[in-house]
Amino acid sequence: MQQEVVLAMLAKEPSQGFQLRARLDRALGPLGEAMNVYVLTPAGEERIAEWLREVSWPKPDLAEFHLKLIAAAAAGLADPIGIVDMQRRELLRRLRDVQRAQMAEPDHSDAGLLLEGIVLRLQADLRWLEACERNWSDRRKRG
Amino acid sequence: MNEREDVILSARGLRKEYGSGESLVRAVDEVELEVARGETLAVMGPSGCGKSTLLHLLGGLDRPTGGELWLNGRRIDELSERASAQLRRHEVGFVFQAYHLMDELTAQENVELPALLAGRTPRASRRRAEELLEQVGLADRAQHLPSALSGGQRQRVAIARALANEPQLVLADEPTGNLDSAATLEVLRLFETLHATGLTLLVVTHDERIAATANRLISMRDGAFVDETRLTGGTMGTLADLAGLGS
Repeated sequence: MQQEVVLAMLAKEPSQGFQLRARLDRALGPLGEAMNVYVLTPAGEERIAEWLREVSWPKPDLAEFHLKLIAAAAAGLADPIGIVDMQRRELLRRLRDVQRAQMAEPDHSDAGLLLEGIVLRLQADLRWLEACERNWSDRRKRG
Repeated sequence: MNEREDVILSARGLRKEYGSGESLVRAVDEVELEVARGETLAVMGPSGCGKSTLLHLLGGLDRPTGGELWLNGRRIDELSERASAQLRRHEVGFVFQAYHLMDELTAQENVELPALLAGRTPRASRRRAEELLEQVGLADRAQHLPSALSGGQRQRVAIARALANEPQLVLADEPTGNLDSAATLEVLRLFETLHATGLTLLVVTHDERIAATANRLISMRDGAFVDETRLTGGTMGTLADLAGLGS
């Protein structure tokens, strides 16, 4: 488990282990055991703010990003749609770079094939971000 | 050059509504837009967000319910049907997802047609078509019927046709919507070449690849613009960086 996810869940309020677990369970499905009370420290807060701004590419972690949105919304730390937008800008910038590299490659080159793989992965991630945005704006409309 | 001359196309409070009362649909809802000369602009959004309707309004294919449209400093939303058709023929080129080529005409005849309709001589029209097919890399396919061409080739013929009357502005509606990855790359390369010649290109699309190569990207939802991004790249890394081998 990413420690930032646990920190972010704490940002809402100090929690006993079982409450934390319940929140994580709702986001991810059943997890392990815990019983202590946890409070977020200033260093923890700083780390969360930083974590919310991070973009993990080229090794994207879907579950982590998903939890980031849930944690940000639950604790009122940041607008999930803002996080999605930031992520999308970053991926589009990368797609632009990869595409330019691909356009400069001759047809059927080895590098071109690798670049195509990167383009396809970026596209898949961008589509998932679109789904995230739709979902979170629907939630906002529903209140 | 003053600022106005830098703007080729602009929309003020542009609206398109269908139906009325309870069933009123705002397909385009108070859109404000300025397109700079020479810019490649992508408007992105899910199907049904109003982006195709917007493109039709901008190109005079459909009339707005309200607002103003200006092209090259001239107001165009109030033109007569005839003047609007003239404008479409001379000042704007269109590219569509389904190519819209005439099946019974060769590639070259398809490209010649708009020039002939605009009153050019057959000879000048032919010369222009030959140049354009050369430019889109299809000189050797000039005498083929569309049915003998691949999807990517058909779209390149359609792009050549859009350029027949030397428009300053080309409007494209999902130009890669029917194309595979390799054909998409061909079209992107072609757009890049056209951009370098100073052409203004406005593309509505849900293809992230086109969006990523534009100078500016606008996101559209429910008929309105919700986000705008300028993708000033130029920080191209090595292949290893792009693939994440370095990290």
